[in-house]
Amino acid sequence: MNRIAELTVEATVENIDIVTDFVNAELEKLDCPMKAQVQIDIAIDELFGNIAHYAYNPEVGPATVLVEVDDDPLAVVVTFIDNGVPYDPLVAEDPDTTLSAEDRPIGGLGVFLVKQTMDDVSYEYKDGQNILSIKKHM
Amino acid sequence: MTYEMNRQDDALIISVSGRLDTNTAPELQEVLDEALDDVSELTFDLDDLEYISSAGLRLLLVAQKRMTKQGSMRVCNAGEAVSEVFEMSGFDGILTLE
Repeated sequence: MNRIAELTVEATVENIDIVTDFVNAELEKLDCPMKAQVQIDIAIDELFGNIAHYAYNPEVGPATVLVEVDDDPLAVVVTFIDNGVPYDPLVAEDPDTTLSAEDRPIGGLGVFLVKQTMDDVSYEYKDGQNILSIKKHM
Repeated sequence: MTYEMNRQDDALIISVSGRLDTNTAPELQEVLDEALDDVSELTFDLDDLEYISSAGLRLLLVAQKRMTKQGSMRVCNAGEAVSEVFEMSGFDGILTLE
């Protein structure tokens, strides 16, 4: 896997756009299909948004975003790293998508959408860091 | 994200364009909280909506729950990317899509 780009910014919702633009610039160099790019952009909104809301709450801290490329098969891997409270977003139960509007809880959909659209999502807590990776084949 | 509202009597049409996400959904939510007073027919026109994340879904669900009590709600002209999110989330089963 080749690391091609790295960005560290404060984990705030205002910086989601900066992270999205940064990742999109790399995806464009890779001729990433538009549909995959939109799905990755949504994943960034969900995952970086979660870090911004919860990792250092009520303080603000840094988050690093890595973009890597796998060659065979061609895939892009985006990794989010923060030093905030340990949190594995993958342990939450998937929401029941068959419930009616009245019974549907507000929220709990973000990580589920990411799991649906990405080819792989992995989490580990290592050396005091939350490390969350998404992989999308292209 | 930008939006346009068109109110006629108790019918309100909201056209949303751009991205409905973590940053932009709270702004529209605040507007909706007041704009839906006395509305019985709500229409979201999503023709120019590029994408929607779970923050945008949350907004639609809040609106749907409220409109179920006070009238009806339709969601029109969702493009491919947005429709796909509706399907994956099961929102195609709880929203009235046209």
